[in-house]
Order: sequence, then C-alpha cells, then structure tokens
Amino acid sequence: MKLEIGNILITDVQFGNVTKVENHVLYVNKAEIKTLVLEDERIENVTIELARPGESKRITPVKDVIEPRVKVSGNGSMFPGIISKVDTVGCGRTHVLKGSAIVTCGKIVGFQEGIIDMTGPGADYTPFSKLNNVCLVIEPIAGLKQYDYEAAARMAGLKIATYVGNAAKDIEPDEIQVFETKPMFEQSAAYPELPKVGYVYMLQTQGLLHDTYVYGVDAKQIVPTIMYPTEIMDGAIISGNCVSACDKNTTYHHLNNPIIQNLYKRHGKDLNFMGIIITNENVYLADKERSSNFTAKLAEFLGLDGVIVSQEGFGNPDTDLIMNCKKIEQTGIKTVIVTDEYAGRDGLSQSLADADVKADAVVTGGNANEVIILPPMETIIGTDAYINTIAGGFDGSLHEDGSIKVEIQAITGATNELGFNKLSAKSL
Amino acid sequence: MAYKVIHYINQFFANIGGEEMAHIAPEIREGAVGPGLGLNQQFKGEAEIIATVVCGDSYFNENIEAATTKIIDLIKDYQADLFIAGPAFNAGRYGTACGTICKAVQDKLNIPTLTGMYIENPGADMFKKEVYIIETSNAATGMRKALPKIGSLAMKIVKGEDILDAKTEGYMLRGIRKNYFADKIGAERAVDMLVKKLTGEEYTTEYPMPEFDRVNPGAAIKDLSKARIALVTSGGIVPKGNPDHIESSSASKYGKYEISKVSDLTSAEYETAHGGYDPVYANEEPDRVLPLDVLRDLEKEGVIGSIHPYFYTTVGNGTAVKSAKAFSEEIAGKLLNDGVDAVILTST
Repeated sequence: MKLEIGNILITDVQFGNVTKVENHVLYVNKAEIKTLVLEDERIENVTIELARPGESKRITPVKDVIEPRVKVSGNGSMFPGIISKVDTVGCGRTHVLKGSAIVTCGKIVGFQEGIIDMTGPGADYTPFSKLNNVCLVIEPIAGLKQYDYEAAARMAGLKIATYVGNAAKDIEPDEIQVFETKPMFEQSAAYPELPKVGYVYMLQTQGLLHDTYVYGVDAKQIVPTIMYPTEIMDGAIISGNCVSACDKNTTYHHLNNPIIQNLYKRHGKDLNFMGIIITNENVYLADKERSSNFTAKLAEFLGLDGVIVSQEGFGNPDTDLIMNCKKIEQTGIKTVIVTDEYAGRDGLSQSLADADVKADAVVTGGNANEVIILPPMETIIGTDAYINTIAGGFDGSLHEDGSIKVEIQAITGATNELGFNKLSAKSL
Repeated sequence: MAYKVIHYINQFFANIGGEEMAHIAPEIREGAVGPGLGLNQQFKGEAEIIATVVCGDSYFNENIEAATTKIIDLIKDYQADLFIAGPAFNAGRYGTACGTICKAVQDKLNIPTLTGMYIENPGADMFKKEVYIIETSNAATGMRKALPKIGSLAMKIVKGEDILDAKTEGYMLRGIRKNYFADKIGAERAVDMLVKKLTGEEYTTEYPMPEFDRVNPGAAIKDLSKARIALVTSGGIVPKGNPDHIESSSASKYGKYEISKVSDLTSAEYETAHGGYDPVYANEEPDRVLPLDVLRDLEKEGVIGSIHPYFYTTVGNGTAVKSAKAFSEEIAGKLLNDGVDAVILTST
C-alpha cells in the first residue's frame, strides 16, 4: 500500500460565509456546522468557538481532537465504517489541513475529559495548543444517557472534521510525504539486509466508555490482526473513549501516530517496517491472555526481529503491556515499550502496576501525577465546573481567580504513550 | 546576610577522641568545628556554619530516639536554612547517624538537609531515597574532594536553584521520578532505542523495572460462621456527596464509614468517587462494587459470623503504589485491632 499525504499548512482559522482555505487561512461557516451537528436529535445545542495558538483560552472538558482530512484519490473515504462506507483505505492521496483541528467538548463523564490551555505553562504539555482549533461544545438533550451522549459527541466530531476536511480537496498541498509498505514477501525481500520491524499498537478497550473503533468495529470484539500502517492515516482507527486525558489517544493522535511516522523515517535505512499488529486491552484475564498470545504469534508469523509496543491508558492496561512485551521477547523478538508513569505527586512510587525483567527497553511519556499550576485564562471554552473532580484534579484544584492546580494527568495528551511529545521522566 | 547552616559531626571529627569517646551525648557548639572549617571556605561568605552538633557514634546508635529528640531540641531555635551532616565516609555508625538525623530534621523542622558518605556505608542504602547523600571515597583522606561537592549542592539548596541529576551533582540516585522535556519526541526515542537494541549497541532504558512487593495470600478461615468479615474497596464507594472528598484519581486519602445499620447500599445514599471507570452501574447499585447486601444475607443465614460495622474505601485509579501501601498498612492495623478475621477486598 502506498499513500501520499498532502499537507496544506494552516496558520489561522476564521469564521466565514463559506468553509474554505485561502492563503493558509481556514474559514469555517458556523451556521453550516451547527446545522450538521444538530441533525443528530440527541444533541440539544452546540456552541462553536475558535481557539488559536497563544490566545488566553482554556478548552475544557475536552473529549476528542480530530484532524480534518479528505481522500483525494484511492479507495474509500475518511473514517471508513463510521462516516463513510467500510472500504479499505490507505492508498492513493489524502489531503490534510495541517495545523488545524476539531475539538469536541462536553461533560460526558465529568471525570474523564481534559484541559487544553492555548497559552501559558499548560500549553507546553499539550500538542493541541499549537493548532488552530474549531471547538464544538456539545450539549445533550435532557435525560440523555452518557453512552448516547458519548456516541453523539463522537459522531459530531468526525462529521465536522470530514466536512471541514472537504475544503482541502482542491488545494495544492504545501508538502507531500509518501509512505509505502508492500505485501509481506515483497517487503521482506526489499531490504533483506535490514532487521524486520513491526509495531504492536494497543488500543484502549476496557469498555464502558473506554472504547476504540477499527473500521467501525468496537475493538473489544477483535482478536489481534495485521494492518498496513497507511490505513491508520485515513482514519481506520478512531477514539471513542473517555479515560484520563493525559494518556488517551485522541483520533488526532491515531491519524498522526508518531511511531508509524518515525518507523517510516528509518524504513529502508536502518530497518524494514513490515506492518502493524493491532491489539486490545480488555479487562478479563482470558482476553488479556488470548490477545497477548496473538500479538506474539503474529509477530513471529511475520518473521519480525523487533517491535515497538505502545500502550493506551494506565493501571489495568499495564498488565496487557507487560504480557505483550514478555511473550514477544520469549519468541526471541526484541521489544521497546512506550508507556507513561504514575509515580505519585512526589515521584517516589513505582511507576507501573506491573513489571517484568524482560521489559528492559522502556520509553516514558512522563509522570502523570506531577502537579502543575495553570494560571487563569481570559476565556473558558466549555466550562471549568468539573475541574475539582476531573481525573488529576482534587478538592480545591480550581481557585477563585480561575487558576488551577492539577496533576498533568488532566491535560489532554500530556503523557501520550504513542511518544507524541518530548516529555519524559528520569530518576533523580 | 549569609545563609545559616548547622553542621553535625561525630566525636572523632570534633577531635574529642576515637572509639573510647563514642559514648558522649549530643552537645552544641557555636560556629564551625573540624571539617566545618573547610565547609565554610566552600561557601565563600554566602553561607556560614552558625553552630555544630557533636554526638558520639555509640551514643547515637544506642539511643536513636533520645539522641534525635535532643538534637532537634538543641537546634530548633537557630532558624537554620540548611542542615549538613558528616561526611561519614565508610564509618557505618556515623553514616547511619548522619542519615537518621538528616531525615528527622527534614521531617520535624522542615529544614533541608544534606550529608555525604561512601556508597557502601549502610547509611547510604537506608536513607538515599529521602536525603541528598553526596558520594564520597571510603576514607577521610577523601575530605578534600568531598567538601566542594557538598558545598556546591548546599548553595543550590539554600538558594532554591534547580538541582541537576545525581551524576552531575554527585549525590546518590534517589529514585525520584522527575519530568523533563527531552530533545526528541518519545516515538523517535523509541525507534532509536529499538535500532540500538537490534544492532547490539548500548542503550539506556528510561524506566528501569521496579522490584515488586508480592503478597502471599493469608491462611484460609477455618470456621466462617464465627468469623468477623470486613469490606474494603478501592472502587471508590462513598456516602453520597463524597464527604471526605476522596479524589477521583490519585487518591491522597481513604474513608472509613459506618454500616452497622445498613443492609443495602442504595443509590440514594451511596455513590462512587472513582474516576477510572464508567460510574453508572456502580451508582445505580453500589452493592455491585461493595457487596454489602449479599453479605448481610450470609450473615442472617449464619454462613458468616458478623460484618465489621465499618467499611474502608479509597480510589485505586492512578493512585501511587506508595500511597496505597500506606493506606493498607493503616487499614490493616485498625482491622486487626478491631478483631476482624477476614476482609473482602474489591477492586474495579
């Protein structure tokens, strides 16, 4: 599969009469967005606001972040099995409004949504402070169950990302990147002298609002399987989950998975990137055993020499991470695992809920319990009414002047376990 | 004005005598004594040793509590900015004394502390997690090399400057996990690490695996019908409104609530404070997480002796193992005191 990604660089976002891109400025039509979102009868109202890098704005409670993209050529359309038909994607050309995003907000669970500050110290911890964001604050109809609210907010975000992404269709990209992974035997033969490397992509599937979808399927119900890396770039995997903000993979993270990007950077030079094994993080022991058996078996089946394993979430999924690592290492395949840490506010606790000596190559996204003070912002997009009970907040987190003392756990994407950020931790 | 430092040394470095004088009780002297004179030079006038505590090594180790209390009492009115002990090199009892008194001064007087010793000094393993310990050679001949490191870290501590990593500053690794922004993003670091691992090049893991504290299950209860059973949960069940404000994640406390007159946890009276799972089903029927209703049935049927009148609860979500360990030690102590025979511990 070969995919061209055409990046159209966006430096500003404005409301306009027509949704379009002109001179790197994204214009969005507020009324059209509103109409599209309100097509869903589960949604009572939507407020649309813009947030640009450097503005004194705090977005919370954040549910998902999605990058606007559009398929220009090749099979299928964006978000197959959800927004478009369930065609196989990952070939041809896809245009991206690079530097922009759709941010969905709403108090779905209350505990499990996050904070994005567009300026100040909090902005350093979230990649989304660097984007020109179209924020949708979604209010449900009275009495709507949170499962339906989650589904409605999830669909609204994907729908608007697709609508905005369409504006990229006829624009000449500023840069084009090409990614290619060939069928297994061909790929293997392409660089016979290089180590064959795969990527074990763990998806959050603890259930009850901790869900991820693959071509529209709830990933709880899959057994691990193999995918071409470029399928992910066309929205084959999307986030449907509400879990601590710092280490949940938003749809934006999936679309821009940096492990995939960085494996491609060394593809044909230091390694031969053979493909992806997706797996889940179910809560039953038998599921954990089965899925980790499968990842090890598939890695061996593909003849891999090394894999990177990335986690999503923490605590319970630490056991999946360690099982994957241990069983893959036992087949003689070398692993590097990517995780984050819960070492306590003082940093003195052990960081993971499970461990094994075989996990001797670990990359960390940082200690999620570390406390930060976020100064007040001029504008709150959404509401800061849930700051004290958000995961990472505590009694008294929200101060009278609007400043917030929280663990970085509450910041969307702060300790991402796809290695999206520069943040790390070391022992002092 | 110069920062005020208090220095702790043993009888030997105070020039009182060797082993034969190791029994002397703590005393305080104004100004610097022995190695303190050398330390003062390191401070270059920005800090000064205003008093020196001298104590015999045998005395300290044989009367740890009395010695600690006495020393705290001797220094508490000086309003010092820093407390330095030693360096103790490879003297085992001196090293233990330095570590013990530093930790006590930190905890009780809230004054930062610093000591120095040889890596194999038993005091090092005991205290390096809690106290900055500059690594020294194994004998007092290493004083000249040790003092500049102690002096430099001392000045950073009193001035509140950023303390760099253990290797750069010369202190023993404390194991405190501290965030920092690396030069490259995590994914790039991961690919670098994998390529190195595959080619056999040296690489450094960013998180060495911890050693786990595995707990063996207790012995089985012989006669359940006489046993007093307690309910404990990390699933966050609390009286409605969460009166003690247990955090939804990274809990800093646990709650203890009476249930002697309760036979069923209703949604009107109880809820979960846990932020790591969908709370709907737990809130609808809190017994799903803390199974009091069925336990009351078993009590009525005589299957179990009785239910302990209190349940203990906290939130396991993102809670540091160190906190969880501290809660469980306290809770277990209280349950033992109250004659509880067994616990049903539920998680989520």
